[in-house]
Amino acid sequence: MKYIEEFQDPALARRLLDDIHATVTRPWALMEVCGGQTHSIIRHGIDQLLPEQVELIHGPGCPVCVTPLEVIDKALEIASRPDVVFCSFGDMLRVPGTGRDLFQVRSEGGDVRVVYSPLDALRIAQENPGRQVVFFGIGFETTAPPNAMTVHQAKKLGIRNFSLLVSHVRVPPAIEAIMRSPSCRVQGFLAAGHVCSVMGVGEYPELAARHRVPIVVTGFEPLDILEGVRRAVRQLERGEHTVDNAYARAVRPEGNPAALAMLEDVFEVTDRAWRGIGVIPDSGWRLSARYRDFDAEHRFSVSGINTQEPAECRSGEVLQGLLKPHQCEAFGTLCTPRSPLGATMVSSEGACAAYYLYRRLELKTVPAAATTPPQEASTVV
Amino acid sequence: MCLAVPGRVLDIGEKDGTRMATVDFGGVQKEVCLEYLPDLRVGEYAIVHVGFALQRLDEESARQTLALFEELGMLQEEFGDPWEQAALQAGADSPWPFADGPYAGEAAARQAATPEEAQEGRQ
Repeated sequence: MKYIEEFQDPALARRLLDDIHATVTRPWALMEVCGGQTHSIIRHGIDQLLPEQVELIHGPGCPVCVTPLEVIDKALEIASRPDVVFCSFGDMLRVPGTGRDLFQVRSEGGDVRVVYSPLDALRIAQENPGRQVVFFGIGFETTAPPNAMTVHQAKKLGIRNFSLLVSHVRVPPAIEAIMRSPSCRVQGFLAAGHVCSVMGVGEYPELAARHRVPIVVTGFEPLDILEGVRRAVRQLERGEHTVDNAYARAVRPEGNPAALAMLEDVFEVTDRAWRGIGVIPDSGWRLSARYRDFDAEHRFSVSGINTQEPAECRSGEVLQGLLKPHQCEAFGTLCTPRSPLGATMVSSEGACAAYYLYRRLELKTVPAAATTPPQEASTVV
Repeated sequence: MCLAVPGRVLDIGEKDGTRMATVDFGGVQKEVCLEYLPDLRVGEYAIVHVGFALQRLDEESARQTLALFEELGMLQEEFGDPWEQAALQAGADSPWPFADGPYAGEAAARQAATPEEAQEGRQ
């Protein structure tokens, strides 16, 4: 427990860890769904502080990472049009499409703008009535309500030169898909706290019961994650599989009713492709019929795009928890943040980026012929 | 981007018929929509995501989470200049550790990096 002093409350962290160590009798594999949790785990070495029997598997909880290549390519094509102002969150700039990214489109003369909020894109549309303003609407359940409100506002204010390129995804169908996979090793989930602050926990009891898997709603701080692990392990050891809210200070069971009502109005559930994973039934949102006029895919002809995934990129397996980033042959060689093969390396919430940023090469199997590294660094978790 | 950030409401007004607020995120101030949390008051904290307040949060939790996100570099990502960050990411030399190959013993020796070093590695 070398690094426990880094915790805000080391004494509490030690108590939680002691309790986990005392509870565990068998190996358990837990998946943290949220990319923010992954970064917190790797940054604080939480996976290394846990008992050997508790393995944390990184889940698909990075919206940038799971946005399909086809959608990125559609964004690049729309952004290249001279009549378009293309607005996006900053973390999409360097996500590779087939051959280029939004950063390059801008350097080639495309009017690509980064906004903090989708409402900023709507304001740009109001200020530029002679141009088409397209907002790149990606994200999980936390991002969908702001985008839904923006489209609702556009309709209410009669703004006709605004549209949304939609690629929203939903977490529960992804959990379902992971549990249905024949190679699934996940026995418990740390659910993403901020997603649940919007959606509540109502979608989870059925999932937990059907797959006999505990789901613990968890925050992002190191102590939140330790508490989430403690509760999940306790359930597993007792043979329980219920939904437990360990992030009650930010998550109410009913979520945010106003946001849920807006989602219901503006979006409808649809099948959605996840980058590297494939189509997951009912795992996304698209604009409902009432708002179809604001759909950029309808407004611009961007069908027939020929996408080409780099063969070396194994981010799909990383996103499903089947492979740790350092186990990919391209990690750190062909694929770096400077020259990423996939979004998991470039996104701030991507698992590959976390491993690269926090230098988790010690997890790599060191070849026998290599210089003998320090004992601690050769530990395989 | 998926991570919402806690902030404190400084003032509340209306714009285009929508309830809006100025919210402070550890020194950075942004305009935030309150339509999803209409009863939020000046001085209270909320989890804010891409310009929308999504859920109330108590002050102590908000302060702790802000400190953590700052440590993780996430406030810089959320509120810094994204073009500058993208340019750094696209053009910066990769100081660690692949110049010597990913299996180099040197990489393992550097494993106990300070946060400052880790930050350098990110750029």
